[in-house]
Amino acid sequence: MTFSKNSLFTRQELIGFIVLAAIIFLLLPAVLDNFRLNLFGKYLTYAFVAVGLALCWGAGGILSLGQGVFFGLGGYCMAMFLKLEASTPENTSIQSTPGIPDFMDWNQLTELPFWWVPFHSLTIALIAVVIVPVTFALIIGVAMFRRRVGGVYFAIITQAFAAILTILIIGQQGFTGGVNGITDLRTLKGWDIRTDEAKEVLYFVNAFLLFGVLLIAQFVRKSKLGRILIAMRDQEDRVRFSGYDVASFKIFIFCLGAAFAGIGGAMFTLQVGFMSPTLVGIVPSIEMVIFCAVGGRLSILGAVYGALLVNWAKTSFSESFPELWLFGLGGLFIAVVMLFPNGLAGIWTEQIMPRITKLWAARAGAVAPIPATSTEEEGAI
Amino acid sequence: MGLHERYLLKVEGLTVSFDGFKAVNDLSFYVEPNECRVIIGPNGAGKTTVLDLICGRTKATDGSVKFKNQELLQMREDQIVHAGVGRKFQTPSVYEDLSVFENLEISYPKGYGVFGALAFRRDDTVQARIEEIAETIFLEDLLTEKAAYLSHGQKQWLEIGMLLIQDPELLMLDEPVAGMSVAERKKTAELLNRIIKDRSVIVIEHDMGFVEDIATRVNVLHQGKMLSEGSMAHVKADPKVIEVYLGH
Ligand SMILES: Nc1ncnc2c1ncn2[C@@H]1O[C@H](COP(=O)(O)OP(=O)(O)OP(=O)(O)O)[C@@H](O)[C@H]1O
Ligand SMILES: [Mg+2]
Repeated sequence: MTFSKNSLFTRQELIGFIVLAAIIFLLLPAVLDNFRLNLFGKYLTYAFVAVGLALCWGAGGILSLGQGVFFGLGGYCMAMFLKLEASTPENTSIQSTPGIPDFMDWNQLTELPFWWVPFHSLTIALIAVVIVPVTFALIIGVAMFRRRVGGVYFAIITQAFAAILTILIIGQQGFTGGVNGITDLRTLKGWDIRTDEAKEVLYFVNAFLLFGVLLIAQFVRKSKLGRILIAMRDQEDRVRFSGYDVASFKIFIFCLGAAFAGIGGAMFTLQVGFMSPTLVGIVPSIEMVIFCAVGGRLSILGAVYGALLVNWAKTSFSESFPELWLFGLGGLFIAVVMLFPNGLAGIWTEQIMPRITKLWAARAGAVAPIPATSTEEEGAI
Repeated sequence: MGLHERYLLKVEGLTVSFDGFKAVNDLSFYVEPNECRVIIGPNGAGKTTVLDLICGRTKATDGSVKFKNQELLQMREDQIVHAGVGRKFQTPSVYEDLSVFENLEISYPKGYGVFGALAFRRDDTVQARIEEIAETIFLEDLLTEKAAYLSHGQKQWLEIGMLLIQDPELLMLDEPVAGMSVAERKKTAELLNRIIKDRSVIVIEHDMGFVEDIATRVNVLHQGKMLSEGSMAHVKADPKVIEVYLGH
């Protein structure tokens, strides 16, 4: 019976996790050359955001169109550390002020801004990768959810934040590297991150972190908190009048999504070697929602597949028809929403699984009883 | 210690105005422990609004609502629930995507905070309590069923069950038998008669036979004001009531 245990996985979900792990840890590294593997590593950094969205939006019904903000903040925190390490006085001896990042020198800064100074420390930078996005999410969350701003209004406001942050980054060139972003990142504690070998290692680090995030997400989904999120999405008032402070649950899940996105952003910086405002703004934020929608917004594993497939399609497609990609993406989104509201995961659990089950039953004949397929939402892996 | 408090709920001068329209106007009434109070009145009289005001869903313009001598009007909705006030909505509000078991589990009075909810475990006590409640509300065979697949009447029972599991001292039910079949109505009357023991209940109801069956006292509301209050017999004989309500 579904209600008798506290287990973290149903059998179906466990199989789903194992299959995904096999694809990410074994299949992709085996079939892809180094360049492509690094590309898939980059796609997987978006999966962090998509998993967070599966919790926020899929389970909790909170649509954020500004996840790029958190991805970017995490990415920038990492990039600041790497940039400082790359800007030793020896490396920057030709600058008028050696020892500060090159873009600062170009913008006539003569001193490292005070808020850059802590990023000399890797420990602080790593903590900041999570804490900075979470703090922003907390401020937005408290301001919005305590005032009971929700639904479309919330989505629009998050969109506005994405726009504001982009404008700030571009406008404050001397502090942020402006529209070019923070580039020319080289080493992490002396370890050259640009080599093929380093990229392979980073791919696996990224994969492990992603599974860590997936396990946390699974734990949250399976806890009572996960069910409260679904309940809130359906009947917010009933949850409130059952004694819950609804806002605190929304704030929590929004912050958790931001933490995931921040880790993804940091891994992006490490694997791709730069961070720029093009990854923060409105368009990337909407793309992230599309990854989640295509994968199936109710499903955390679906979110990973969505991020992989859409990005892979984007790369292949925009190599041949760069100007058509945005239309393709928009079309894909509309098609998914209209035809497959539960995305790939929905196609899997609603179309393919029942057929497989039926086939199995037919083969087993009258001997084996037909296994009941789970109609429960949590059954969607 | 002062005197033993006679009333569980004291509503005094309660008023709410929506853009100048007073949906509830200077209303006062007192509910004793263990009584079953029924509020009747024509459509739009303000009955639902009174419950909304007591449970904090609508903010009052004026007046006072004291529950066990605590002022409820200044409290947040979830705090009012923790104080011991449960409320059922007029349209059945259950979580359609969750099973009957999960619906009841969310209402189980433990793990209300974010981290409490993360740490919450389904132990034997929880399970036993949920099964006990499910039996009371005639849903013991449907625990694994998704709430979306329940009939209208079963959803009403489920929502009542979600309140019962919290064991509130004051239970407020908004038209619990509305839209039910005759058979379901009978079962619900039986259910209500069982659950109104050991607690105070405020019920809004249109069905007169039903009211007569359960009411200790009756309040008649009309255009946001108290038209009459007393036993069913008293209210029925009140000429003002006959004119606006029973006479139709
Ligand atoms: N939030 C609101 N804003 C404006 N007017 C409201 C609001 N809530 C209720 N009203 C109005 O207050 C009046 C009383 O409504 P209420 O729902 O309390 O009536 P009721 O007695 O429960 O009626 P019914 O028997 O139909 O359920 C109605 O005229 C309604 O339109
Ligand atoms: Mg009403």
